[in-house]
Amino acid sequence: MAILVIAEHDNATVKGPTLNTVTAASKCGSEVHVLVAGHQCSAAASAAAGIAGVAKVLVADAAHLADGLAENLAAQVLAIARNYSHILFPATACGKSVAPRVAAQLDVAQVSEVTKVDGADTFERPIYAGNAMATVQSVDPIKVLTVRATGFDAAATGGSASVEAVVAVADQGLSRFVSRELTKSSRPELGAAKIIVSGGRGLGSSENFHQVLEPLADKLGAALGASRAAVDSGYVSNDYQVGQTGKIVAPQLYLAVGISGAIQHLAGMKDSKVIVAINKDPEAPIFQVADYGVVGDLFQLVPELISELGNA
Amino acid sequence: MKALVAVKRVIDYNVKPRVKADGTGVDLANVKMSMNPFDEIAVEEALRLREAGAVTEVVAVSCGPVACQETLRTALAMGADRAVLVQTDAELQPLAVAKLIKAVCDKEQPQLAILGKQAIDDDANQTGQMLAALLGWPQATFASKVVLAGGEATVTREVDGGLETVVVKLPALVTGDLRLNTPRYATLPNIMKAKKKPLDTFTPEDLGVDITPRLKTLKVAEPAGRKAGIVVPDVKTLVEKLKNEAKVI
Repeated sequence: MAILVIAEHDNATVKGPTLNTVTAASKCGSEVHVLVAGHQCSAAASAAAGIAGVAKVLVADAAHLADGLAENLAAQVLAIARNYSHILFPATACGKSVAPRVAAQLDVAQVSEVTKVDGADTFERPIYAGNAMATVQSVDPIKVLTVRATGFDAAATGGSASVEAVVAVADQGLSRFVSRELTKSSRPELGAAKIIVSGGRGLGSSENFHQVLEPLADKLGAALGASRAAVDSGYVSNDYQVGQTGKIVAPQLYLAVGISGAIQHLAGMKDSKVIVAINKDPEAPIFQVADYGVVGDLFQLVPELISELGNA
Repeated sequence: MKALVAVKRVIDYNVKPRVKADGTGVDLANVKMSMNPFDEIAVEEALRLREAGAVTEVVAVSCGPVACQETLRTALAMGADRAVLVQTDAELQPLAVAKLIKAVCDKEQPQLAILGKQAIDDDANQTGQMLAALLGWPQATFASKVVLAGGEATVTREVDGGLETVVVKLPALVTGDLRLNTPRYATLPNIMKAKKKPLDTFTPEDLGVDITPRLKTLKVAEPAGRKAGIVVPDVKTLVEKLKNEAKVI
């Protein structure tokens, strides 16, 4: 049976984690289909058809599917679910909301944040904020998974899948979308960035956070992240948060500035290729995972780093 | 209007979990256990809605061994009115928990269920959504603000790029995110009072729910370790290392 991937998209483009999810799907079986449920989403459907390894793209187009309301999206997935052995969602806010709803209505278990596919029914996933890795085997006829993007390479583009319309389900009439306030930034998205500059409580204030870290992020073309402590202190908004309950990232370079390294934060970034820590406390736990550490006052060290990068 | 909150007994937030040597799970013997932090937020939100007059009664539910009574007493000490324990020593997976809480909802008929968005032990982030699906209710996950009015809940949600606002018709399910509120501490007089509040106990059999696990845990292992690297004396050395050794800039 074929494998179904639910695309994360904004009707115009397909979001990055969809590509990693397609890679995970191709490890579960050979024929991968992608569902694009949205409104006026033909551009997103074409983008999905261009993902290498995708055999078919299914498009459900209706006004009530425009904004990814969980009730309507789950109903759309359920309308075609029984044709598939596996249904995979990216482990994004949307995927994590919809996947359990689909699983419960199919009366099957859901496996969250899969980081490795060991076989068609066996999956590895982190538990306890990544302090342990569990290998689980599903006995259900349909496997419903959410896929952690950092566990899989992004699928290549250059494919040419067929695109097929499916009948949109009726509006479930349980919920309605009001508004979305997305943080506008000229910097790369946290999930997609090659370099991330992340700040913690050591920055001391919202002004300092922006004044100290933004020039460094600009210099490196990096995304900005933050620890929970920095978000809770109001330095930046919640969508900056890296950690167990925030974003899980794995960039080439992660610069942790003024972050002590609580286990919940480490859970969100310890798969980064190279970790650099700048902290005044030599005993801070962040140094136990950092490849390179500098002990000292970040207010001196970060400007020095910026000028050193400029000289190089 | 009645609100139901679900609370889970988990390893305390500040304890570092240790994987058992035989690879069957995480060692919970003699480890401090507490209410899941996201569930504290759920309880707090229900209490605030009651204090604002939008909710008249708050019922706390927990599923698990007899020790979950302590977790329920914590919810009662925070201010919940009554508690229900679905008692079993068997392993409970999210789908089974959702079915048990659904059975309690069928008895209690709440208009609102508030759960934490995930438990910090299995990090599943499933039970709330599954409960909503089984009840046929709308859901608003990852809530940072909840307003009840006119038979609807307007919920601000924490999503990947920022915030999103949705309206769900009651009865509805909400899962709380970190910034929904800051939970109160139970005071000593309230802890004493909580001992006298009603706590009913059922078994899964009483509720007619099949809790057979659907996932078999084959093994639990330590994650691939990251070794501590080196502390470099200055920024100049750092940049040199990043360029020539790590080759990431």
